[in-house]
Amino acid sequence: MAEQPMPLWEVFIRSRTGLAHRHVGSVHAADAEMALQAARDTYTRRGEGLSIWVVPSAVITASDPQDKDALFEPTASKIYRHPSFYRIPEEVGHM
Amino acid sequence: MTTIHVEQTPHLAYLLRLADTALVNAHRLSEWCGHAPILEEDLALANIALDLLGQARLLYEHAGAVEGKGRSEDDFAYLRDAPQFKNFLIAELPKGDFAFTIVRQTLLSAFFYPFWQQARGSSDRTLAAIAGKAEKEVAYHLRHAGAWLVRLGDGTEESRRRTVEALETLWPYTGELFEVDAVGEAMIDAGIAPDPATIRPVFEESVDRLLAEAGLERPVAGWMQTGGLRGIHTEHLGHMLAVMQHLQRAYPGAVW
Repeated sequence: MAEQPMPLWEVFIRSRTGLAHRHVGSVHAADAEMALQAARDTYTRRGEGLSIWVVPSAVITASDPQDKDALFEPTASKIYRHPSFYRIPEEVGHM
Repeated sequence: MTTIHVEQTPHLAYLLRLADTALVNAHRLSEWCGHAPILEEDLALANIALDLLGQARLLYEHAGAVEGKGRSEDDFAYLRDAPQFKNFLIAELPKGDFAFTIVRQTLLSAFFYPFWQQARGSSDRTLAAIAGKAEKEVAYHLRHAGAWLVRLGDGTEESRRRTVEALETLWPYTGELFEVDAVGEAMIDAGIAPDPATIRPVFEESVDRLLAEAGLERPVAGWMQTGGLRGIHTEHLGHMLAVMQHLQRAYPGAVW
């Protein structure tokens, strides 16, 4: 019987200290439930996680590296968009 | 180094049974390390093995304290011969193929999940504390092995065939999980051990639910294997211990 390659899933983990889920890597799994378990077993072995998301890699639409200049270059000259000119009061916390 | 001999009170004997089953099961799972069908599963099985090894260590440590002769977890693990091991036979069978390992882990987890739940109320406070930790670990083992069981049973023709074969081979080893001998009776009376009779319906319900989902049938209960609790083992345990104990026997007291 011909073996079918298992789909790839992207893994996002929200850590104990983190505010948002962060991409940590990928796993192979036959379906979503097994992907979640594989992600747990592969990426939370050292107490890293409080929450896991898995997303089929195939549904992610990525930008083309060749478009790098057109997409990202124009922002380089707009330093006034960086909030580094303002002092943020400490009480505000994370922005 | 010479083999140690343990004078068995019921309490000590009972703790060693639990510890031996956890250790032997952990070792069989560790044999998958580097050999599992996919990397993700290699890690998953190693994770389960490490959970069980952790349980074994706590149980041996407690057994050492109950015995009161200053023996360590390593003494119990490395310096006893096969007849002194009192694990359930199902744990010592060779790891077989992936389906065999999954079916075994499902059956053992389906037993130990309600077992540890009930053991949290043990009058042995240390055992109750170990149960609190083990319960959470085994809940995941059951979820993981059970999810695979469903997919193997309901998967390809080959995965189904292998799963059915494993189930037929392993089912006669499930009778032992519910055996109550003099040691078990004394422990139940003392409020130290859960009564397996109260665990059986929970075990059967969770196994039946998984088998139904996998499209498999529970084998007809017939003759059941027995012997592990008395130290009468299959021919496989001695070979396993030879591998597991070789280093400590050849180089007594060797450390990392």
